[in-house]
Amino acid sequence: MQMPVPDARILSRRTEVLAGLARLLPADALIHDPDETRAYECDALSAYRCPPLAVVLPRTTEEVAAILRFAHAERIPVVPRGSGTSLAGGALPTADCIVLGVARMNAVLETDYDNRFIRVQAGRTNLSVTGAVEERGFFYAPDPSSQLACAIAGNIGMNSGGAHCLKYGVTTNNLLGVKMVLMDGTILDLGGPWMDAGGLDLLGVVCGAEGQLGVVTEATLRILPKPEGARPVLIGFDANETAGACVAAIIKAGLLPVAIEFMDRPCIRACEDFAHAGYPDCEALLIVEVEGSEAEIDDQLALIRRIAETFAPVALRESRSEEESKKIWLGRKSAFGAMGQINDYICLDGTIPVSELPRVLRRIGELSRGYGLDVANVFHAGDGNMHPLILFDANKPGDLDKAEALGADILTLCVEVGGCLTGEHGVGVEKRDLMPVQFSADDIEAQLRVKDVFDPAWLLNPAKVFPLQVTAARRAA
Amino acid sequence: MRATSEDEIAEIFRGASAPLAVRGGGTRALEAAPGEVVETGALTGITLYEPGALTLVARAGTPLAAIEAALAAEGQRLAFEVPDMRPLLRRTGASTIGGVIAANASGPRRVQAGAARDALLGVRFVDGRGSIIKNGGRVMKNVTGYDLARLLAGSRGRLGVLTEVSLKVLPAPETEATLIARGLSAAAAVAALSSALGSPFEVTGAAHLDAGSPLTLVRIEGRAASVAYRSGRLAALLGGRWEDVPDGAARWQAVRDVIPFASRAGSVWRLHLKPSDAPAVRAASGAEAAIFDWGGGLLWLLTGPGAAGRIRAATAAAGGHATLWRASPGEDAPRLPPESPAVAALTAGLVRTFDPRGILAA
Repeated sequence: MQMPVPDARILSRRTEVLAGLARLLPADALIHDPDETRAYECDALSAYRCPPLAVVLPRTTEEVAAILRFAHAERIPVVPRGSGTSLAGGALPTADCIVLGVARMNAVLETDYDNRFIRVQAGRTNLSVTGAVEERGFFYAPDPSSQLACAIAGNIGMNSGGAHCLKYGVTTNNLLGVKMVLMDGTILDLGGPWMDAGGLDLLGVVCGAEGQLGVVTEATLRILPKPEGARPVLIGFDANETAGACVAAIIKAGLLPVAIEFMDRPCIRACEDFAHAGYPDCEALLIVEVEGSEAEIDDQLALIRRIAETFAPVALRESRSEEESKKIWLGRKSAFGAMGQINDYICLDGTIPVSELPRVLRRIGELSRGYGLDVANVFHAGDGNMHPLILFDANKPGDLDKAEALGADILTLCVEVGGCLTGEHGVGVEKRDLMPVQFSADDIEAQLRVKDVFDPAWLLNPAKVFPLQVTAARRAA
Repeated sequence: MRATSEDEIAEIFRGASAPLAVRGGGTRALEAAPGEVVETGALTGITLYEPGALTLVARAGTPLAAIEAALAAEGQRLAFEVPDMRPLLRRTGASTIGGVIAANASGPRRVQAGAARDALLGVRFVDGRGSIIKNGGRVMKNVTGYDLARLLAGSRGRLGVLTEVSLKVLPAPETEATLIARGLSAAAAVAALSSALGSPFEVTGAAHLDAGSPLTLVRIEGRAASVAYRSGRLAALLGGRWEDVPDGAARWQAVRDVIPFASRAGSVWRLHLKPSDAPAVRAASGAEAAIFDWGGGLLWLLTGPGAAGRIRAATAAAGGHATLWRASPGEDAPRLPPESPAVAALTAGLVRTFDPRGILAA
């Protein structure tokens, strides 16, 4: 994977740059010792690494503005970073960049239960947002698997989803406002604790722009009352395609479960070994969760059972206790970690129309056999967001390249059937070069023109999202 | 001019040297734009509808009524509850789906199911340069590249004209129940609506009419047994006298379409606020009548002339924004809310880059 050649002019001025940053920040907010910057050389896409020139860890919006003003004047690229859990290399540094980490900005600024919002500093972790309001019976809905670690800043950058967005939507549907800093140091507010923009929906385009339009320092988030209860049911099938067909039937029946998760045999095994959730031994497993009172849950699950039974399931079991439900979800949310203990893998994130699930699963199987690499499937079936895990051996020469080629084939397949390259992880560096598979030159140009408006000098996270050759002229200007 | 295809619109835009007034059904624009009219009403047709995937794709000029009929035949609907603005704005014509999205037009259910922009999965549009641009797609989750679909939603044609939209649709519920209370003050009503929306009973409508005798409404939807259970629990939670009424659908349509103001003279303002600020802003506005929707988060005001200063000052003090939705003769306040210098600069920059010749001055 190619990254831009570091700017020799910046590298040669390293001492002056560090001195300049030191003047703006408390001593403990600037990291430049190579031993310490190493912790920031990659994110969760750890196959790619590069130590940055410096790391800054500001505590206030004003410090962020001062850093960006300085970097803007010095023409130094800035890579914003939340918790560094990006699976797409969204926070991958270049050698000539400043990594701007917001992890120390993690305070709750305001909670308002009457108006159902919370305002937090953007470095706060996803799960701790819910943690701040759950005593009062509220929660923050988007729940990426990394929610224990990932920051709201990164969630906004990538427009993160999660297992429960079939019902509650993704970050953009739960974000009311931000305070952010533009690359030139301008501080501005978009939105607030009310619904919808008065003018253009700038908040809508900032969310999901992978930190290329500004650095978000505060977020106003919608919080929701927790349902009375929730209960998952496990439904096992002897073929992936049957499970896929069952998903479409459940949705078509007019039910809207809060989540429908899918795992195939390799994933079921790994997760069961990890979480001991009592997953049945089968080819394909659905976790379907519904919410409401006990009676409402019973009613919905009875309907789901009737639908599932027409697909001859090999196992069908409702959770019988809160503890069992927790284990079932722990198993699912640990899927990536559990697979990682037994294999190196690349995690894909394409989304497809739900109706294409059976066909796409069959085709992935064929591609997997063709490349001689196993693929384990775990994904949000209700909304068509797939996470095929391509298993490979990092110590075997050529295996990573082969896995990446298989990944590109699978993502191209997703686009061909009417889907997209990434449903919730973002493009980052990982899928940058595949953008032309999904978009025409004009489609991409329209996006680049938005960045031109927010960051005319192309200094914020510049080597991400778009193919390098497409952005070269703008980055060089 | 009546464009019959996306390519034709692109050609018209590329050749334009003076402002154009792009029109869908002509039912929602706040005021008539100057310039030669370009109608999109011939770009019709549902190009894809997969009930099992909760997805519908339609050309922008497709009548809203045709889309609603197709969805109803499969027991589905647009969850954001599209308002019909014709009575209030005194228009005729047939609303198009492109106009719905360009106006981000959402009704009472917005408070639970999200706005039109939240149901939008993807768009095709022609920008002011005459480029045909696709963004988003037809799948539920998509973070591939920048989200221009959301930028176009609610943009009222300032950046380009939508030619196709792809939408998430939802199952229509088996039944609904509406609870009403009479005589509450605005403050008491908003407090009750906040309790309702803060409960786990999935309220899909929360409104207060302050146009004559005060009336407060709460709606629950879903499967019959579940609706009976939740409306019972909700009435108990709210206390006081809440009555389950049989004509909920008509009442919510009146809230959605701002019917109490439709036949009355005066200017109509639309305010987006933090719900608990709404009663004080309503009082400071001196308005003749008010409709609180979205639990107080959306405030419609009916005013005599000269209320603009009071309304904009009260909104600025509270936080939020106010738009002059229908201007009575002699009302010369700007239609759109003022923006901070930084936001105004970004907006101007986006308008300039998507429409460098100013042909969509809208």
